[in-house]
Amino acid sequence: MPEAAANAGTPAASAAPSVAPPVAPSFLRQVARIAAKDLRIEWRSREILATMTFLAVVVVLIFSFAFVVGDARPPSPVTAGILWIAVVVSGTVGLGRTFDRERDGEAIRSLLLSPTSRAAIYLGKLAATVALMLVVEVVLTFLAGLLFSNKVAEQLGSVATLLVLGTIGFAAVGCVFSAALLRSRSRDVLLATLLYPIIVPIVIAGARGTAQLIDPLSPDLDGARFWTQFLVAVDVIFVTLGIWAFEPVVTGE
Amino acid sequence: MTATASLALRQVGKTYAGRRALVDVSTTFAPGQVSAVLGPNGAGKTTLLGILSTLVPPSAGEVRWGELMLGRASEARARIGYVGHEPGLYGELTARENLTLFAQLYGIAHAAARAEAMLARVGLADVAALAPARTFSRGMSQRLALARALLHEPELLLFDEPAAALDPAGAAWLQTELGAERDAGRVVVLVTHDLEAAAAVAEHVVVLRRGRVVHDESRAGGFGADTLRALYAERTHA
Repeated sequence: MPEAAANAGTPAASAAPSVAPPVAPSFLRQVARIAAKDLRIEWRSREILATMTFLAVVVVLIFSFAFVVGDARPPSPVTAGILWIAVVVSGTVGLGRTFDRERDGEAIRSLLLSPTSRAAIYLGKLAATVALMLVVEVVLTFLAGLLFSNKVAEQLGSVATLLVLGTIGFAAVGCVFSAALLRSRSRDVLLATLLYPIIVPIVIAGARGTAQLIDPLSPDLDGARFWTQFLVAVDVIFVTLGIWAFEPVVTGE
Repeated sequence: MTATASLALRQVGKTYAGRRALVDVSTTFAPGQVSAVLGPNGAGKTTLLGILSTLVPPSAGEVRWGELMLGRASEARARIGYVGHEPGLYGELTARENLTLFAQLYGIAHAAARAEAMLARVGLADVAALAPARTFSRGMSQRLALARALLHEPELLLFDEPAAALDPAGAAWLQTELGAERDAGRVVVLVTHDLEAAAAVAEHVVVLRRGRVVHDESRAGGFGADTLRALYAERTHA
């Protein structure tokens, strides 16, 4: 990088022209900018996405070696469990890196000093995390359908709804813990330790609902609907708590 | 609040888990003046700057800026610029992208044009488009950090060891910029260990020791380096 070019800066006296009075961007625009910034950075490095996808595929393949013997396929609860374990494991890796960009170079301070609302920062980070997890889940769902159950393809819309809702709840809690552990050296270990007990309801609802949908004999659509509604309620609670808890945890107060 | 309002601290205290980082700090930072906050490690300088930036709430006392009370939810936050020893930028984004992002977050109209203007001001226009900020030298990072801090024309500028690890040319450039901001009538608070740098620009000096103000003085003509060194040694027993 040519330092000489940098040193050729115009003198302070010729300052940049004055800015027009700022107009606070709308809340949704703030959220979109935070999310777009994260996705742009990830698009350049593909670091988190590649790691998450690799790990998710490895988890599914390991289980497939254990449960797929000849033409025999695992029962639907096992398939659903494998799918959700892969979601949780790969999602945890993604969440562990969610605030890395904010920590490096103390960008978090600049972000917190801007007039952007804390809720918008949280929801922007959440949206970006959910987007990355959903990309991985597309691969996971395809693999699960290929290796374990062709019912996954038949019930794709309902399975996808469960996955989207479960992912929102999972990431809602995860983003708060990830922010809380921003400056912790052992954040990777602590994140899973703190996160997993709290996301148990999400995993139970997701796995049960998915199992009922992909049951090879008689899909239980009513049962799956119950778990879908349950996940909606959990998401509302977790996202609300996340918005409320984000500021104190991210400022360390 | 007006651009000429002073920043007044009254008996400000901060306690972390029973440990008192700041005790009864009272002082006034005036506009059109560079105020240097000096003190040994652990004196509470960075905590003080955190309180002024509204990111750290005080445990006691109050900080008034004109008619506004500075606090976590204060509307004054949008009027504050902060330059630390870390650049406060996204390393994977280019200089232009970083500034455009923050200009948008501050609600500045024509964010991209404003980013370009600031890059030209700090001498980074030529390297703004392609290279990620993480590849910048220390000097370039600090230039970009200053451009980010000045994007929204803040009335209060906070500097935390901004010249740390800068080469002499970079430090001289920074001094010129500090002077320009002072002349523009902003409240400029500089936390530093570098007594020479402080003596070159500061007309107001606050010395902290163990969280307490042990010296608070303004001199119209500024402090000479020798005077400041002697004063600092006497007050901090360094």
